[in-house]
Amino acid sequence: MPFGLLKYGLSRKHPVERHFPLPTELKPAYDVVIIGAGGHGLAAAYYLAAYHDITNVCVIDKGYLAGGNTARNTAIIRSNYLTPDGVRFYEESLALYRTLSEELDFNILYSERGHFTLAHTDAALRTSRWRAEVNKHMGVDSELIYPDDIHRLCPSLNLSHDVRYPILGALYHPPGAIARHDAVAWGYARAATRRGVEIHTNTEVIGIHEENGRVTAVETTKGVVRCGLAMQAVAGSSGRVAKLAGFRLPIKTIPLQACVSLPLKPFLDQIVVSGSLHIYISQTPRGELVMGGSTDPYGLYSSRSTLDFKEGLLGHMLELFPFLGDVHVARQWAGMADMTPDFSPIMGLTPLDNYYIDSGWGTWGFKATPVCGRRMAELIATGRVPDILYPFRLERFAEFAQVGEKGAASVGH
Amino acid sequence: MIADNRLPEPYGRLIDRRRPIDFTFERRAYRGLAGDTIASALGANGEWLLSRSFKYRRPRGVLTMAGQDGNTLVQIGSEPNVLADLRPIAEGLAAEGQNYDGFLNQDRGRVVERLARFMPVGFYYKAFFKPKGAWKFWEPIIRNRAGLGKVDVHAHHGYFDKQYLFADVAVIGGGPAGMSAALQAASSGAEIVLIDDMPELGGSLGYARFESQGVRGAAVASRLRRRLAGHKNVTVLSNCTCTGLYGDNWLAAVAGQRLYKIRAKSVVVATGSLEQPAVFRHNDLPGIMMGSAAQRLIHLYGVKPGRKAVVLTANADGYGVALDLDDAGVEVEAVVDMREAPVATIMTRSVANRRIRVLAGHTISEAIENRHGEHLAAVLVNRIVGEGRYERGATIVGCDLVCMSVGYTPAGQLLHHAGARFAYDEATHMFQPAELPAGVLASGSVNGAYDLDAVLAEGIRAGWLAARDAGMPVTGSEPVASYDSGARDLTHPWPIFPHKKGKDFIDFDEDLQVKDLVNAIADGYDDIELLKRYSTVGMGPSQGRHSGVAAVRVLAKETGRPVSALGVTTQRPPYRPVKFGHLGGRGFEPVRYTAMHHRHIELGGRMMLAGLWLRPAYYGVPADRDKAILEEVLAVRRNVGLIDVSTLGGLDVRGPDAAELLNRLYTFAYAKQPVGRSRYVLMTDQSGVITDDGVACRFHDQHFYVTATTGGVDAVYRHMLFWNAQWRLDVDVANVTAAYAGVNLAGPKSRAVLSRLCSDVDLSAEAFPYMGVRQGTVAGIPARLLRVGFVGELGYEIHVPASQGEALWDAIMAVGALEDIRPFGVEAQRVLRLEKGHIIIGQDTDGLTHPLEAGMGWAIAKNKPFFIGGRSIEIQGSKALTRKLVGFIVDDKSAPVPDECHLVIHRGEIVGRVTSAVRSPTLDATVGLAYVAPAQATPDTQFEIKVAGGRMIRGRVISPPFYDPDNKRQAM
Repeated sequence: MPFGLLKYGLSRKHPVERHFPLPTELKPAYDVVIIGAGGHGLAAAYYLAAYHDITNVCVIDKGYLAGGNTARNTAIIRSNYLTPDGVRFYEESLALYRTLSEELDFNILYSERGHFTLAHTDAALRTSRWRAEVNKHMGVDSELIYPDDIHRLCPSLNLSHDVRYPILGALYHPPGAIARHDAVAWGYARAATRRGVEIHTNTEVIGIHEENGRVTAVETTKGVVRCGLAMQAVAGSSGRVAKLAGFRLPIKTIPLQACVSLPLKPFLDQIVVSGSLHIYISQTPRGELVMGGSTDPYGLYSSRSTLDFKEGLLGHMLELFPFLGDVHVARQWAGMADMTPDFSPIMGLTPLDNYYIDSGWGTWGFKATPVCGRRMAELIATGRVPDILYPFRLERFAEFAQVGEKGAASVGH
Repeated sequence: MIADNRLPEPYGRLIDRRRPIDFTFERRAYRGLAGDTIASALGANGEWLLSRSFKYRRPRGVLTMAGQDGNTLVQIGSEPNVLADLRPIAEGLAAEGQNYDGFLNQDRGRVVERLARFMPVGFYYKAFFKPKGAWKFWEPIIRNRAGLGKVDVHAHHGYFDKQYLFADVAVIGGGPAGMSAALQAASSGAEIVLIDDMPELGGSLGYARFESQGVRGAAVASRLRRRLAGHKNVTVLSNCTCTGLYGDNWLAAVAGQRLYKIRAKSVVVATGSLEQPAVFRHNDLPGIMMGSAAQRLIHLYGVKPGRKAVVLTANADGYGVALDLDDAGVEVEAVVDMREAPVATIMTRSVANRRIRVLAGHTISEAIENRHGEHLAAVLVNRIVGEGRYERGATIVGCDLVCMSVGYTPAGQLLHHAGARFAYDEATHMFQPAELPAGVLASGSVNGAYDLDAVLAEGIRAGWLAARDAGMPVTGSEPVASYDSGARDLTHPWPIFPHKKGKDFIDFDEDLQVKDLVNAIADGYDDIELLKRYSTVGMGPSQGRHSGVAAVRVLAKETGRPVSALGVTTQRPPYRPVKFGHLGGRGFEPVRYTAMHHRHIELGGRMMLAGLWLRPAYYGVPADRDKAILEEVLAVRRNVGLIDVSTLGGLDVRGPDAAELLNRLYTFAYAKQPVGRSRYVLMTDQSGVITDDGVACRFHDQHFYVTATTGGVDAVYRHMLFWNAQWRLDVDVANVTAAYAGVNLAGPKSRAVLSRLCSDVDLSAEAFPYMGVRQGTVAGIPARLLRVGFVGELGYEIHVPASQGEALWDAIMAVGALEDIRPFGVEAQRVLRLEKGHIIIGQDTDGLTHPLEAGMGWAIAKNKPFFIGGRSIEIQGSKALTRKLVGFIVDDKSAPVPDECHLVIHRGEIVGRVTSAVRSPTLDATVGLAYVAPAQATPDTQFEIKVAGGRMIRGRVISPPFYDPDNKRQAM
């Protein structure tokens, strides 16, 4: 029994420590307005307050706290990307994640499980080797392994050749992890508000006021707030909010679906991904199997889920784990993925001088929460784009300097 | 204790008393009757303990008898989480409880319950991570306690299938509302599918008591069933659960091992309502169940739910339950009515007449477990003095059954799936559908109608509207349901009586007590969605069916807001858990065989995947793989070889604008391409990235036969159709990939072989030169002949109708035998093409490769106004390259052959990678293609490759082709 829980058991009344303050009225002005109270926006607010002493910060969200893609993602964390720029960025995120519970004084249930990206074709094997080589060169623990080793590490996988897509190998990434996604956002929100940051939920941004190429105020359903500068972190709505700010993004928004099983006694320790079969699976600490695939085939602003998705997903799942036929899906849901042409995010400066963007998070946003928050805060505080963010600038598309991560991110949860 | 709780006839409308069935539970033998569920059969034998709860391992038994709760989840062999109150028993069935250590009735794990006070809501966020490293210790302990059922990793994949159905009107729910809706809609001539999850239509008519005599339900049910049987246009799916209502009225329904997928023009949701539990200390003990659950046991299964009962109620239905219990020989100790002054009805009078004690203005404050700790033994009854508060002095009432009838909530999950909005009605204290999407109707108690006459009228109204929405001829005007809905005075606004010692459960699935929710709200999680996520209320197997409304009530009270301002969390599919097997079905994954597939197998071909196709990698046994590939390579270089190229994409582009279409889609120029010639095609996307390649063969001024890569052809075809439509060109595009079989006959002796089979085409080098294309006959088969040079030797691609592919193969192999012809596979072809320096799209290019860095500037037409990607390539041309694809040779003969994707390193930085590399038998050297830094791209520059184990080897840039640099051999 951890010591920390004794106070709950031994006190007669539940010790009240509100994690977030009660809502207040919006002030007329803030130094920084962050649009979007998801993991990224809250993390940026936290790092601004904790590391840059900027606390006159307001985080605004149209829904409830962290109720967008932070609430809907499948909580996989890894850094085995393809480009050196990508690997460096996500590896910093992993490093921050490892100590995040202590940093925030809030257990995010970070759990290293090992991550397999299965290869069923020659082409997938090649991509796996490419990623492994880049990863290793960058100091990331990652290796191309073959069926004997796969069987040893994950014995329940079906390695038979008598299937439609036999497993030829896998990219194995031991640091691959899962965490309690909501807890990450709550932890940041709690730590940020303790330092004076305000969070205003159920407050939708409906306009962005601009003068001489600078943002002056953000108009919300609860009034206009003036701001020294603003940042948007609204995965799933990036294009719509950027439009309010008067610029366009090379983003297509596509539904991304997932589902979860009834709880089962633990049997699957690792995270297993198959790019060729477009599926991934892991088992949560509650015993549920969390499963998903690639984005829907067409762009749409709708979080309604479909039957076709489940049929395709589970048909393929039974190829990998034929013994799951009698296991049940308990719930399915969808989120909105802002897909970029190169499968990398867009972060940094915008056509407006004092308006910063954090977008293009497609299917890979959760795992970048800490690094993105920390580095966006640095950008806001110093006005200088950190080197680690520079490759992900918006102008890269016009400059033909894309950061191609398709091979590592299309179903690479 | 094995007791006989079976009631005599006419109780038990679903069981067949002549057919006993033996089964086991927890390795003990029991006998039930055909038609019994596991839970009812166990109940008949006096066994009520079915499972252990998720967190505290508390004993759990029947709650709803309708497959709506997580209490009855059991394990049957390798099948986890089976609903014991829905699953019929079968001869020899062996079921077990879940989530316990030792024995189900003596769970060692229940010790955790004593630690409950040290585990406040959200406790895992607050602890276990300090000091550093502590989490690594606690995590496996917590993880190992998780879960309910067990999977057997050796279990076999059972048989599941799928069936499509179509309906004008789909009606979900076979109760009075659903049946009358189906009847009404059927009278318009509409095709109806009526889906019901019980063995017999009737819903509540089969067990609920609608008047004091208790005969009306059965009478109405048999009348409706009889009338339905007279309609040939009504298909009834019984024992079938509709699990999802998706976009455009696309329904999923599960019965047995089958998933039905149903498209309906309109849908009537008549799924009824869910009885809600009362909250008091130990309200989860086996023996405490819904009033409707007791009625289902009595009437459907002929099972006496207990011996001595207390009915806890807040409406007239509870009195019906008391009458049913009394009729069935259960001693009703008391009816405890939470209402201060219950409205007098026929039912209340009947109860009074039978001298059953009624305690108005009272509640149960606590249930007491028996000495084994596994069943209800007594309840404490207290006088209510305010919302959720009661007087101290309690009356103890001994009983082994509590029936809860304190209110309902609509079973509106399917309506939620369809996007309906629900609103709280202060008059009835219930949520009601407030906004329904077009083509979806709600009927019966899911729509707020409870009185039977109102329900029947509601059904007629919904059936009429559904028929109209489905476009059927309907007569008259929309029927008006003018009856009183009967929804008032049914649902208590606050059936929640917190106890200072807790164990007053709001969520049985998650073992959540009132204080857990109160504390979660105090922690700041005061939005219903946050409350759900932080406390996990509603996240268990029953998805909040019995906790959702109570949670909202608690949140409203704690935050001082009205329930109507809070809303409920969204219900997402499926309505009831669905097996992976149902969704996966039989797994129809297409595999494409070429016309010559069986010949490859006969020749010992080792097949590999190529998109959806299978192709021979090489011919021979795996042990001799390298030798086989080498011999195949040498056969092509020195003699003649034959490879099946049927999987290559083929597109017939015909029409006056055919050349124009190609001009716009590919980088080269095609307007002036002569008939009878082929030309390389390279496709780029709008950002100038290479996406596909092939050749365009011009057979006529207005006809090109364009090849595409095996994996890319479907996308190329879609792309062509899309742009052809956008540009409104006069072109027809046909994907003829599978219509043609093809071979490449390659090697110095290929002309000699072909000349024996083809007499109507002049095969001489002068008449049919390299890059020429002809149509003629080969072995009597009409054929398209292409002189191409992928492998770098004299060669002919021969494309024939797929039906003739095997005949062509046989004919060539037969005459080729004279020249010692050898079939070769993909692996040999890879070596041959690499010796020639040809790139493979997708291997030597990646998601960002543009033609200039791939050294393919020669394939870009300079003098045409437009092609897709042209502008981007022009911009890239004005910038310095960031990498360059080059040919290289490894001079150190002892160095290992680099693998594809080994990195090119320059001063510690990654500057590129090897895309292809091979030990060339022809050249006796390792050659390959690699991306290098632009400064390294000039011939004879050395660069470093990091190979396996981190070893560095040196490559030297040389210009491809490595083999036959003057291209004389392919032009012979």
